[in-house]
Amino acid sequence: MIAKIAAPSDVAIEFRGVNYRINDIPARVIVSNISLSISRGETLVLLGRSGSGKTTLLKLINRMLAPSQGQVFVEGRATTDCDPIRLRRGIGYVIQEAGLFPHFTIAQNVALVPTLEKWDSARIATRVEELLRLVGLDPAEFSARRPHELSGGQRQRVGVARALAAEPPILLMDEPFGALDPVTRAELQREFGALARRLNKTIVFVTHDIREALLLGSRVALLHAGHLVALAPPQDFLRLDHPEVHAFSACLDPSDGVTQ
Amino acid sequence: MTPWNFFLSHRSEIFHATLDHLTLVVISMDIAIAIAVPLGMLIVQHRHLRTIALGIASVFQTIPSLALFGFLIPIPFIGGIGRRTAIVALVLYALLPILRNTYVGLSGVDPAILEAAEAMGMTTTQILLRVRLPLALSVILAGVRTATVITIGVATIAAAIGAGGLGTFIFRGVAMVSDSVILAGAIPAALLAIFADLLLGLLERRLKVI
Repeated sequence: MIAKIAAPSDVAIEFRGVNYRINDIPARVIVSNISLSISRGETLVLLGRSGSGKTTLLKLINRMLAPSQGQVFVEGRATTDCDPIRLRRGIGYVIQEAGLFPHFTIAQNVALVPTLEKWDSARIATRVEELLRLVGLDPAEFSARRPHELSGGQRQRVGVARALAAEPPILLMDEPFGALDPVTRAELQREFGALARRLNKTIVFVTHDIREALLLGSRVALLHAGHLVALAPPQDFLRLDHPEVHAFSACLDPSDGVTQ
Repeated sequence: MTPWNFFLSHRSEIFHATLDHLTLVVISMDIAIAIAVPLGMLIVQHRHLRTIALGIASVFQTIPSLALFGFLIPIPFIGGIGRRTAIVALVLYALLPILRNTYVGLSGVDPAILEAAEAMGMTTTQILLRVRLPLALSVILAGVRTATVITIGVATIAAAIGAGGLGTFIFRGVAMVSDSVILAGAIPAALLAIFADLLLGLLERRLKVI
């Protein structure tokens, strides 16, 4: 028997033999036999087609889902041993279309977790201003607005600010730039890349876009039909020999798919 | 006697009947809202209760109103002749539109918003009270508006079991075969309904979140 070793301090998130299935009849296996360590401060990109199980992996981290088998450890503690509410307040979460509350102002949206955590109002106000500046929005102009008055890109910036509000060490991002137009997307990817390097957070980033994965990831994990099929830093990723890696790298080939 | 002459000679009586009618409607609506909105919040969280609650509320709505008033008379405590029985019947009628709209409004919130709320570490109760409810308010109010208009109409029938209100004139007019007397009840009832509809419609737009 293998002795249990406490997770080394440089591991922020660890999957140990994780399966997740939905108990329909017949049962559907969504992810299977995932073992993966995510180091503190790295940006791990989960890449895969729709339905490959990447969003499921993300939701297993903040216990929006619980593993059917195996365990997920966050900062050395199994998520199933944690109070899910406490766990989630310590993990930032950004989704496609931002999911901002339409009945809240921008400032109230950003202040959500600090408000839930009952920070005093002066501290919240300072923090909100700081965050809006961080994501490139002028607090004087945007604080009192409502989400529907902003563009998609601006809303997504607010989504990032909201996720960072209570200074979580971990940030989960589910195709955050997926719904944006290509120009805004490229702009946000660049800015976010710079921001991520500066913030030194552990980031798990879900995307189906190989360019985005190679641009933002310190490592890229490729999922295919619920299995982890490749894991490598961006510079080595394209050299891996796996049909699914080839399928994704084909998307990068400029001559491919262009009809003359 | 022309309707206008009848109206002038009975204006104080009509005014009091209108007030009685309005009282009947306001009390019934308050009770119906106090039951249906919390019940709607409950069935959003507990799926197995949903079919039962909506089913029971629908059944009340299908009972012809005059029959419902009649059924209630012999029931102890809530029954008998008079206003109390009428209020019970009106509440039962108003439940369905409010309950259904509360449920639809609360469950119709954009899944992305609910996912974000859950992921930010909001509890189920916090999500219900701070996210679902404010976003559902205009839909709930639309249900209240429908129920109010229905209740103003159905409340005229309450006069049949001695609850007073504008129905008194209608029943009297039918017995006397006098259009003037019927209109003395029907016109104020219609005006009440139109006025309530406009007022609540205004409020509904006010509460709408983009």
